[in-house]
Parts: sequence; C-alpha cells; structure tokens
Amino acid sequence: MTDALALPKKAWQRRDRKAQFTVWLGWLIGTAIFVYCFQKISENTIWAFVWDAPTQAADLGGRMVPPAWSYINQLWRPIWDTLNIATMGTLISIVLAVPIAYCAARNTTPSVTFIRPIALFIIVASRSINSLIWALMLVTIVGPGVFAGIIAIGLRSIGFVAKLLYEAIEEIDESQVEAIRSTGASAAQTTAYGIVPQVMPAFAGISVFRWDINIRESTVLGLVGAGGIGLELNAAITQLYWTQVSLMLLVIIATVILSEWVSAKVRHAII
Amino acid sequence: MLRIKGLTKRYRTGDLALKGIDLDVPDGQVMALIGPSGAGKSTVIRCINRLVEPTAGTIELNDTEIVALSSGNLRRMRRRMGMIFQEYALVERLSVMENVLSGRLGYVGFWQSYLRKFPQSDIDEAFRLLQRVGLDHMADKRADELSGGQRQRVGICRALIQNPELLLVDEPTASLDPKTSRQIMRLIKELCAERKLSAIINIHDVMLAQMFAERIVGLKLGEIVYDGPPDQLTPAVLTQIYGEEDWASTIRKADDDEPETIDEIAPATPIIERDRLAGLT
Repeated sequence: MTDALALPKKAWQRRDRKAQFTVWLGWLIGTAIFVYCFQKISENTIWAFVWDAPTQAADLGGRMVPPAWSYINQLWRPIWDTLNIATMGTLISIVLAVPIAYCAARNTTPSVTFIRPIALFIIVASRSINSLIWALMLVTIVGPGVFAGIIAIGLRSIGFVAKLLYEAIEEIDESQVEAIRSTGASAAQTTAYGIVPQVMPAFAGISVFRWDINIRESTVLGLVGAGGIGLELNAAITQLYWTQVSLMLLVIIATVILSEWVSAKVRHAII
Repeated sequence: MLRIKGLTKRYRTGDLALKGIDLDVPDGQVMALIGPSGAGKSTVIRCINRLVEPTAGTIELNDTEIVALSSGNLRRMRRRMGMIFQEYALVERLSVMENVLSGRLGYVGFWQSYLRKFPQSDIDEAFRLLQRVGLDHMADKRADELSGGQRQRVGICRALIQNPELLLVDEPTASLDPKTSRQIMRLIKELCAERKLSAIINIHDVMLAQMFAERIVGLKLGEIVYDGPPDQLTPAVLTQIYGEEDWASTIRKADDDEPETIDEIAPATPIIERDRLAGLT
C-alpha cells in the first residue's frame, strides 16, 4: 500500500498538446465555414417567405383534407402499373446482374485484368445515374409509358444488385469450393455446388430488398412521364386538386408499407 | 502406388514450401505426415491433387503422371483421389445426402447433377456409406445441423463415394475433441483396410499418428527428416522434427494404450454393429 503511494503520479491525457491543438483548430475552421455559408445562404433567401411558411403549410394542409375518397377508383390502374414497373424492372435487373456480379467478384471472374474492370464499370455507371434520370432519357427514346419506367428501374437496379451480390460471392468460404473441386467436378459444377448454395440467402435478400426500394422509386417515375401513379400525382398537383394529392400520398404510403411487410416476410423465410 | 519425385513448391510470395521431396506410398498403406505448422504438410497433399500447382517435380499415381495433366485429364485424375478436410469443408446449406453425392460430380454431367438426378447406383452407394458411418438416418438433414464428428463422417463418405485409389486427409481431427478424434481416425483406418486404400494423413497430433498409422513421415521446413515406423519415433527424432521440448509424455507406450482403447470401443460399437447388420440384411 505504502509502495503504491510512493510511486510518482503520472499524468494522463487522451491527447497530447499537439493533437489537442489540431482538434481545436479543426473545430475553429469548421465553425468559420458554417458561419460563412449561413451568411451566404441568408443573403439569397427571401426571409418573408420563410416566416410565412407555417401559415402556408397550414393552408395547404387545410386544402388537402378531407382526401377525395371517391377518386380511389381511378387510382387502381396506376397503382397496378407502379407495382408492375417495380417488379418487372427488378426481375430484369436480377437477370442481368447475376453474370455481371460473377464477372466482378475477384474469386470467380474469368479475368481480373480485363473482364473485372468492365464489370465494375457497368456497376458504377448503373449506380451513379438515378432512376429518375434514366427515365427522363428513356421517355425520349422509347416514348412515355410503363415500358420506359420498367427499363429505367431495371438499369438503375443492375448496379445495386450486382454490387451487393459480388461482395457476397467474395465472402464465401473457399474451402467448400475447394472440396467440390477436389472431387473432379467441372467449373460449372463447382459453381453450382460450391458457390450457389453459399450465396443463395444473400441473393434472395438483395433481390427482395431491391424490389422494396423499387416500389418507392417507381411511384415518382410518372413525374417525368414514365407511367404509374406518379403520372396522376403530377396531373393533380399541376391542377391544384389537393384533395386528390392527399389521397394519392396515402395510397403510396399504404403500398410502401405493404411492400416492406412482404419483403420482411420473404427475407425472414429465407434466412 | 503413389510415387513423388523431387516435389518442389515455391509460393508467389517467394516462400519455398517444399524442397524437392521424394516419397513413395505403396498400395494399402496408411501413412501419417507429421511436422510443425508451416512445414509444408498441407502443400504436399494439395500438390498431389493439384489444388496447389507444384513448381517442380513429378507425381505418379498408379503410373499416371499428374503434374503435366491437362485440365480435363486432371478432373478425371481427381476422381481417383478422395480428399478429407480439416474443417470438414461440407457445403453447409446442402443436405447430408447432397454433400455425399457431390463426391460423384466428376462422373455425372452438369444438368444431371444440377437437377440432383444422380444414377440409382450412386444413391445406393451413398446410403451404404452413410450406414457404414452410422449416419443413414441423417441423410436429409442440412450439413450445418450436424456436430463436428458427424460432419467429418459425411466428409469421409464424400471422399469414399468417389471410389478413390488414394485418400488425401488434411488434419482430419484438428477441430474435434480427443474422443471424436480417435473415433474418426479409427474409422479412416478401418475403411482404408476394408477397401485396400492407401492414405496420406496430415496430422499434428503425434500420439494419434502413432496409434493409427503404419508409417510416419516427419516434415520440417519442406524437407523429410524422418521416415519410418511409428515405434521408432524417439524423443531425439521428435526434437529433430519439432525442436527441443520434453517429449517423454507425448510418446505412446504400449501399456498406456490398453485402457484408452477399451474406454472407446463402447461408444464406437453401434457403428460396427450397424455395419454388420447391414452386411447381413
């Protein structure tokens, strides 16, 4: 006890002086940038509108209730279109994403130097362009309607599905593949027995997850003319039929909740 | 007869894992390959079925040269060599039956295997092997539902259904408890005797190697430093293989073995009886 007390007390700090100063400087610069930006934005803002915003919101809200319930009968068709856009688009993307993922995964790609970069580029290209932008372009190419929406959703989803799938392929247990190979199995058999069973749960999970996202994305595609409920929504907003707008928002929420429930059930069943 | 001459392996990192190994394994011999981690045990058996490509040397199995084989011929060659793995390497999400039948992949076409339409003779053989190792009631269980010892038995069935001429066994007991380890080693030894199979067993447990192998080869830093019967494995030899240590308690004495064997035969009996019944019915 006395020995312990006799030991000189050592000071301890989380950071030394230099690190402390760096952190402090970081905060100072961050605060300065924030203040500067706030000033810039403030100059370009008409504050009268902002102060008026709660009143405007309340007014719009007032015009939205009660929702035009009778309008629902005209909505079944657009909702059906929206669901089809999401489902068909997801299916197309899955079919195309599987071979791309196979080529992009380091452990299955036929060539790391040539084919893998191409596959990775396709993935990045597909992911970096939002489905709304894909739809804008496709409406000019194939004309407005559901078909443009399906292709837009499909193109956007390829990258997402392929990226998550190739990451799953890269994480498989190689010893199982090795064991299948050691029996004299061909490359195709090694894939079917050694790799496919291992990535199947991930594959199913990714597909359902993407379908769930696509239902939400496909509700807005109509804004640019690519079919579905967005088309009706756009029409109602431009014509200031706010009671119809509120009904459509409710319907979209209900659809999304339903799709989330379905995808949760499916994922639970697989894993 | 397996004949290895001048087997050398240099990994891409530059490590020389094997330094020109010469090794002959006659038909029906169960050989244990012992040595410290990194000695090259695993590399030796992976070079034999070319999961690892040898850098130099020749390997002949019953007069067929393996190292120079084209990929199609290599596949046919691999059918003749069964491999058993350390962590079992079963396909976890497939059933026991599918795992056993995967040992026939080299014999059936892609669609036949993909649709699980294996020939009836393969299915009969799979059930016979599962019965032999006492797992026929587990055929439809998923592999990841099994215990370690059960999984390794499935791994053994998968190797044997290939109807191999040689078994390559890579640390079969490293993930098992001592009792299960002995049962698995005994099973491998019995099956080799039944089928006149030769086997190369990588194993780091010296005592198990002495108990179940008829020949022991000691590997150190990619070179063979001992090749002889199990009872000549003296402390001096073990020091040569592994380095300085007190080896007195590791080396098996004849009288030590008796009680252990008796203790173990009891749980192993159902398997043996099952097999006998299978033979009668």
